[in-house]
Order: sequence, then C-alpha cells, then structure tokens
Amino acid sequence: MSEFVQYLVNGFAQGSIYALIALGYTMVYGILKLINFAHGEIYMIGGYCGIFLLSTLGLPFWAALMLAMPIVGIFAVLIERFAYRPLRGAPRIAPLITAIGVSIVLLELTRLVAGAQPRPFPQPFEDMSYELGNWIPALDGVIIQRNQIMVFIIAIVLMVLLNAIVMKTKIGRAMRALSMDFDASRLMGVPIDRVIAFTFFIGASLAGAGGMLVGMYYNQVEPYMGQLAGLKAFTAAVLGGIGVIPGAVIGAFILSISEALVVGYSESSYRDAIAFAILIVVLMFRPWGILGRPERVKV
Amino acid sequence: MNYLDYLIPLLQLLCMNVILAASLNVINGYCGLFSIGHAGFFAIGAYAAAAGSKLLMPEFAAAQPALALIACVMIGAAAAGLAGLVVGIPCLRLTGDYLAIATVGFGEIIRIVLLNTEAVGASRGFPGIVLLTGKWFPLWVLLFTVGSLYFIHRLMRSSTGRAILSIREDEIAARSMGINVRFYKTFAFVVGAFFAGLSGGFFAHHSQFIHPSNFNFMISVMVLLMIVVGGMGSQMGAVLGAIIVTLLPEALRFSETLSSIRMLIFGLIMILVVLWQPQGLMGFYRKLFATRKAEHA
Repeated sequence: MSEFVQYLVNGFAQGSIYALIALGYTMVYGILKLINFAHGEIYMIGGYCGIFLLSTLGLPFWAALMLAMPIVGIFAVLIERFAYRPLRGAPRIAPLITAIGVSIVLLELTRLVAGAQPRPFPQPFEDMSYELGNWIPALDGVIIQRNQIMVFIIAIVLMVLLNAIVMKTKIGRAMRALSMDFDASRLMGVPIDRVIAFTFFIGASLAGAGGMLVGMYYNQVEPYMGQLAGLKAFTAAVLGGIGVIPGAVIGAFILSISEALVVGYSESSYRDAIAFAILIVVLMFRPWGILGRPERVKV
Repeated sequence: MNYLDYLIPLLQLLCMNVILAASLNVINGYCGLFSIGHAGFFAIGAYAAAAGSKLLMPEFAAAQPALALIACVMIGAAAAGLAGLVVGIPCLRLTGDYLAIATVGFGEIIRIVLLNTEAVGASRGFPGIVLLTGKWFPLWVLLFTVGSLYFIHRLMRSSTGRAILSIREDEIAARSMGINVRFYKTFAFVVGAFFAGLSGGFFAHHSQFIHPSNFNFMISVMVLLMIVVGGMGSQMGAVLGAIIVTLLPEALRFSETLSSIRMLIFGLIMILVVLWQPQGLMGFYRKLFATRKAEHA
C-alpha cells in the first residue's frame, strides 16, 4: 500500500512537468496541426536559462522563474517566425522537417555553449521531506520531498493561469477560434500571425518553466534531456487528445504514473519503452485520445 | 596503402548510407508516407545479420564466407522486412504527423528492446562479428548497393511502382481508381524496411561491433536529412544526399571547430533546404535544366 502511494507521489511530481511540456504541444497542434519537434529543446533551454539566472546572475528563484519563462517564450516566437511561418502554405511534412532541424540546431548550440556534461542545478529550496506515516499510519514509509510539492504546486498554478488566459481573455478566445476553424477565423478578422506567435510564446513559457522545475527536481540539467521528454510529452498530449488542453494534463499524469509504477514493480530499464507503447496503442485504437473527437477526412 | 585503409571503410559506409537513403526514399519520397523510425529497421537488420553470422552458422561462415555473408545480410533484410510488415500493418492506418510519431515510437521501442535483450549482449553491445570475405567485403557491399538501387529503380517503373506513386499524388483519387491503398502502402513500407535491414546487415559486418546506441533517433534523422537534401522522391537525389551527408563530416575533419559543429551544420542545412529548395538538389537541378518531359521517378 505505502509502496504504491510512494509511486503515485513520484508519478505526480514527474507528471506535472510532463503536463507543462505537453500543453505547448497540444496548443500548437490544435492551431497549426504541426508537431513542434523543437518543443523538447525549448524545455531543455528553460532549464539552462534557470541555471544562468540563478547562479550567474544570482537571482532569487521566483524572479528567475518569472524571467526564464518569457525568455524561452521569445525563443519560440523567433523559431516560429523564421522556421515555421514561411512554410504555412507548404505540405504538412515541410514544417515537420524544419522542426526536426530546429531541434538539432538548438540541441547542438546548447551543447557547444554549455558543454555536453550535465550541469548541476542550484537548489533554491532547502532539502526537506515529510513522512506521511506521521499523519496517516497506513501510509508508513511514504516520503514526500519538499521539491515534489513545489513542482506540483507551481505546475498547477501555471495551468490555472493558462486556463484563465485561454478561457477568459480576448486572445484566448482567438486561440480557441483558430483551433476550431483556421480559415473561418482568418476571414472573421482574427490576426492569425499574432495569435500563433502568442500561442508559441505561452506554450514555450510553460515548457521553460517545466525545464526549470525538472532541474530543481533532479538537481541537474543536460543538453539531451529535451529529446526524450519532448517525445513523452507529445505522447501525453496524444493520449489525452491532441488539441484539447485538459487532455494534455490528464495524459501527462496517466503517462507519468504508469512510468512510476513500471519502474517500481518491474524493470526500470523498460521505463522509456512504456511511453512509446502507450503512444502506439493509443494511435492504433483511439488516435483522437481520451478527450478528443474523431476527425473525418473529407474529399 | 595507408590512404586505402581510410578510403575503403569510408566508401563502404557511403554505400550503406546510399542503400539506407534509397530505402527511406521508397517510403517517404515515393509513397508519400512520413517515416522517421528508419534506424529501427537498420538496427533489426544489423542485429539479425550479426546473430546469423556469429550464433547461427559460425562453422558455415568460416567455411564459405561469401555465401555466409549473403545469407546473413539476407537474414537481416528479411527480418527487417518482417518487422516492417508488423509495424506497417497497424501504423499505416495513420496519416501524416501521426504516422511520423508512431514510427519514431517504434524505432525507439526496437532500440530499447535490443538494449534489454541478453542474447544479443543487451547494453554491452554485440561484439566479435567476423568481417566475412575479408578483403572482398567492399566488393560485396558495392554489388549489393548497385543491386538495391537497380531493384528499386525497376520497381518504381513497374505497375506496382506506379501504384505507389499514385498514392503519394492523391490517395483518395488512387483509391477511387481501384488501387488497394493499404496494400501498396504496406508494400512500400516493407520494401523500405527490407533494404534498410540489408544495409544494417552490412553495417554489422563492417563495424564488427554493434551497440543499440548506433541506432538511435539521430540516425533516423540523418537518413531523413539525406533524402531531404537530395530531393524526396528521386533516387538520384537519395544517392546524392547520402554522398553529401556521409562525406561532409569527413570534409570538415581538417578543422577541429568545424567538425565539432557538424551536427549544427546538418541541422541548419535541413532547415535551409526546406525553406529555400524544398525539392532538394534534384529540384534545383531540374530548375536549372528544365526539360519538357516531367521527370517522375
């Protein structure tokens, strides 16, 4: 019992990070029908931004988080401007290829600037852990680290903020309109370029925050961390129903908890295969995901 | 003699990359599917061939190296083709980016499974693959490369090839003309996987040691880069792309800085080609020497 709860706790912490990345995938896909392969690298750059702001500039954690998010957001806006926007009318494969190219370029630039070795991430909070057994005797031995709580809370706050932006503001309404019907929104006067740029900005900011949180959670950041995390977050987005914002969050938690359970109860070396197995099973049987709606191809 | 020791392995690698690029070109270029899990089939071919020559028939390999080499690479190719069938049947119901991401998923799963299979060395890798036929090996590689290219070339000029092309041009129109879209998609996928496996079989014997990390996602990306640079849907383009992508790192060797940023250069090339010359080198060539006859395959 307590073992199981411990895995759940670990799963939830990791899941909130996946969710932050998955949101960016799902928003961009919802509007442009583009798998932004560079999104995982954006998340990785968020982690490095965190290191720079925290240790080089010596900023406090909250200020660093507030600054890192718009910085990586601007990165993503530039990428969209130069690598995706010129290809908007092109076959859908074209931006997919540039996205892979951009992801390689970002990865290599980071590797050259910061080195291929993992970098330690400065710990903003004192290490502290709580024993759940002190309060609930049945859960003897379950430990929650303070970092896990922080990761979870920050992620939830950001998701609530995102929800407010998407549901309550004018630009949020424009984003929803674009994902419903791109051409109709354009005809109704939605400034599509601005809305798409904003979508990239918001999505990347969340991924950047995810990068900082993962640095804090695992105490380190490395150039290659974006590739696998990106693929997994994309899996989460597909699992939840791509284009559906709450779906990304649900998918992320399902994915991370199944990973945590697999690591706990069987071979940890198969951890990374789980995500892909889920991805393929979902794509086979329910490609529109948990919350999505099936789409019909018309002539 | 010294420069041959450098040149021959390089040319062998080049031949394998040519087969790889030509095989991905069947899937991505001719059939219009978007697969980026090619490293997975390459891996299966390499491991199956290695297992064939080291575990299955070591005595035969010692007695008849040439026949054994052919048998082994064919085992690799067949295994990869079979994997292509297993992956293709469910995956090819998907289209576009969904297919792309599913193939990435399969490629990674294949790698992770190899990483955990004790029989092929798991994370220690698979050592001690004998370089069958010794000094004649390069000739076999070359022979099979030319053979593969010729086979694909003839295939694309047959009615089967035309059916595959028609799916790329307009899937719905092809279906309404009575073309069994699912069959030909799967067929193209299996052919692509088969030749990727063939290339893998040679790769295993060429490097004599293989490890799951030889077959990661970056390999799939490199093969994609080859056909993007050369021009998708053109066999000549695939060959040119493979030559460029294989030889560029060698050309950059003279400078420490340049060779450390070669992946960066590849990434930039990938972006710039798609932005400015989406048809790749062959598109550029066609633009330069525009002929009346539209070239297809």
